[in-house]
Amino acid sequence: MELEAAKMIGAGLAAIGVIGGGVGVGIVFGNYMTAASRNPSLKDELRTYAFLGFALSEATALFALVIALIVLFT
Amino acid sequence: MATEDQGPMAQFEIKSLIDLNVGGYDISYTNSALFMTLAVICTFSLFWAATRKRTMVPSRIQSIGELMFEFVAGMVKENVGKEGMKYFPFIFTLFVFILFGNVLGLLPYSFTFTSHIIVNAALAVFIFIAVTIIGFATHGLHYLRLFCPAGTPLPVAIVLVPIEIMSYFIRPVSLSLRLFANMLAGHVLLKVLAGFVISLGIFGVVPFLAVGAVTMLEIMVALIQAYVFALLSTIYLNDAVHLH
Repeated sequence: MELEAAKMIGAGLAAIGVIGGGVGVGIVFGNYMTAASRNPSLKDELRTYAFLGFALSEATALFALVIALIVLFT
Repeated sequence: MATEDQGPMAQFEIKSLIDLNVGGYDISYTNSALFMTLAVICTFSLFWAATRKRTMVPSRIQSIGELMFEFVAGMVKENVGKEGMKYFPFIFTLFVFILFGNVLGLLPYSFTFTSHIIVNAALAVFIFIAVTIIGFATHGLHYLRLFCPAGTPLPVAIVLVPIEIMSYFIRPVSLSLRLFANMLAGHVLLKVLAGFVISLGIFGVVPFLAVGAVTMLEIMVALIQAYVFALLSTIYLNDAVHLH
């Protein structure tokens, strides 16, 4: 198999890992919406944790994307 | 600007604007350095304009300065406590530098200096070393209690300590990689969509609207990523100043 073809396949496979990030971000913000609707007075404090959780979850997804880009471009 | 067929990665190329060479080291003034200078100039002029007339009821520009100040001050005081406020100028500078870096990159034909891993790695490694030094300076060798909290039974500790050490050392990696990947992915997406606008002719209106929507998303991502970088730095600082 040619290197270029293998790179393309590898990048495509590595990008599958981004699914986990989508699921994780959805869980984080879904739970934030539930919590904020149960206790609206804590909205602002919970928002800090929601964004923190979003960033950490998104970071894992982007690690997978970075591996895909590394495979594709080197 | 005839940059056809260079692909979406050509926007991240570092071009030297003024070539400087000192003793074999290439210290040219690049487009990355230009945008860092622009970020500093924008920050300075924003806060200079905001603090010129110190009225009790703030004018518009003064309230922008006050909002940013209070936002970061609240974050530092909430996460580190009153004794952490001596690190507030550092965290504030970090936040505003990354914020302007991210946001200036959204202007057309500009360069996002936070989309290079070396810039983010420099910031993250600096924070990691600073937090480690602060931890050892505040607690001495007792700082190593961070990896093994008091009262953990031995079988748990044998598993816990390597995991804790690994997650401590991966902090600068994840901190820099998060910001880098967010900026890189956003700008690559924008470039790819923008390429479709011309190639689809009259139907190029659809990718054009997509570029508009993704730009709005990227503005939000730029703000959130700058905030998260600063927030995680204060959380690591809290770990060092108050052990857990």
